[in-house]
Amino acid sequence: MATADDQFYREYIIDHYKHPRNYGRLEHPDISHEEDNPLCGDVVGMDFRVTDGVIEDVRFHGRGCAISQASASLLTERLKGMPLDEAKKINKDDVLGELGIDISPARIKCALLSLKVLKVGAYGLADIDEE
Amino acid sequence: MAIRTLDVAAIRKDFPIFETGIAYLDSANTSQRPRQVTGAMLEYFEKFNSNIHRAAYRIAEEATVRYEATREKVRAFINAASTKEIVYTRGTTEAINLVAYAWGRKNIKQGDLIVLTIIDHHSNIVPWQILAAEKDARIEYVDIDDRGELRRDQFAELLNRGPKLVAFNLVSNALGTINPAHEMVAAAKRVGATVLVDGAQSTPHQPIDVRALGCDFYAFSGHKMLGPTGAGILYGRREVLEAMDPFMAGGDMIKTVRVEETTYHDLPWKFEAGTQAIAEVIGLGAAVDYLNDLGMDAVRAHELDITEYAYEALSDVDGLTVYGPPPSRRAGVISFSLDGIHPHDLATIADRDQVCLRAGHHCAMPLMTRLGVAATARASFYVYTQKDEVDRLVSSIKEAQRIFA
Repeated sequence: MATADDQFYREYIIDHYKHPRNYGRLEHPDISHEEDNPLCGDVVGMDFRVTDGVIEDVRFHGRGCAISQASASLLTERLKGMPLDEAKKINKDDVLGELGIDISPARIKCALLSLKVLKVGAYGLADIDEE
Repeated sequence: MAIRTLDVAAIRKDFPIFETGIAYLDSANTSQRPRQVTGAMLEYFEKFNSNIHRAAYRIAEEATVRYEATREKVRAFINAASTKEIVYTRGTTEAINLVAYAWGRKNIKQGDLIVLTIIDHHSNIVPWQILAAEKDARIEYVDIDDRGELRRDQFAELLNRGPKLVAFNLVSNALGTINPAHEMVAAAKRVGATVLVDGAQSTPHQPIDVRALGCDFYAFSGHKMLGPTGAGILYGRREVLEAMDPFMAGGDMIKTVRVEETTYHDLPWKFEAGTQAIAEVIGLGAAVDYLNDLGMDAVRAHELDITEYAYEALSDVDGLTVYGPPPSRRAGVISFSLDGIHPHDLATIADRDQVCLRAGHHCAMPLMTRLGVAATARASFYVYTQKDEVDRLVSSIKEAQRIFA
């Protein structure tokens, strides 16, 4: 039987799912991007305010399973105040490490959905800068 | 005649996978396979492995005889008029694509109407969307009512518009709804439509008589009815199949090939190009034998019993919503959602208790949109399902509710 100290649904994951940090939208964000996982219907979107290359504020919105939503919530906590160039370097292992649980292959897309939003969003802005 | 009761304990002994201790509640996705099926396939590999219809030596003759024997078993199982009407495919998806390609491209014209339903599986939607786009034809979908049953008034209205093709599933894989197929086929035939019935979810679970049903095409998969993956059936009325061009071209589907012209093989081989899934077809034959031994009336009676039990047990859980009609009008499928818990999280927690539960859109995204959900959890049952497995599901649900409390 799964138990209260279940290795997967740790208390902080449930906590981030039920009480997501930085949840909502920003008015006039510098970057806004949304991705979904059509297989399970998970949706995560993020709004960023970037000042002098630093992520001054970030909000996420969306719906879906505990893993996708907790992962997004944890990521926003890490991103606040981080230079955008540094944020771009965040990788899969960083995100999975932050979650701190063993993710099965079937659920890895849930865990990494918010990272995809960050990557596509952040690199999208880089393209605009180059213009 | 009294319907026999299935001896589930004895049946489970034929399925070695249950020795692992799993509670398998995903038979609508794919069924488990008994030793009789895997054994028939193994026998082919070990005793007469060879290609069919080609060689003149003894083991190839044996392989051909066993391969063709499945055709007669399937014919009798669905009560088709002739083995010429039984075409082997990889499964339901390929069978429907075959019809969309070989019948559809010849018969669907610009402006024609195709009627589907909102509870159809993607494999009975997407091939028609591709065809409709190519031919500039139109598609309309029959909607459902609040119980997840097709709206007959709307179906009748659509028929009045003279559709060229009506295609629908006999049983919904996502909701378990058993559609009034006999009435629907009769009504569609009255307005002159060609009718395809997707039998993927019905054929494994209840008796079927395609001649009584009266449809032109009937498609189903072996792997949902105790057989292996890779072998399925397209039934087509002979005169309809005769008028169709081939689907795939190559070896085995021809009579004579000359550089300037080719004549096609007779039915059903006209539609069977290339080396076939020989072992899988032989396995499907063994699956049909197994189901015949149980009796399809007994199979349906057992599933109804399990479904009623599960429906009550799940309805008793706080915060749980069951989708679809009451057990008497549904096959052994129950889709549900839990307040505050995503189906994928539930499936992960259930998996920790060795309970195999499906979570997702069940290849029926138009239906999920109609229900206003992104995904549901789904439990489905078969000949080997016992009430203890349903009890284990309910325990997993309560565990999930405790974790997410």
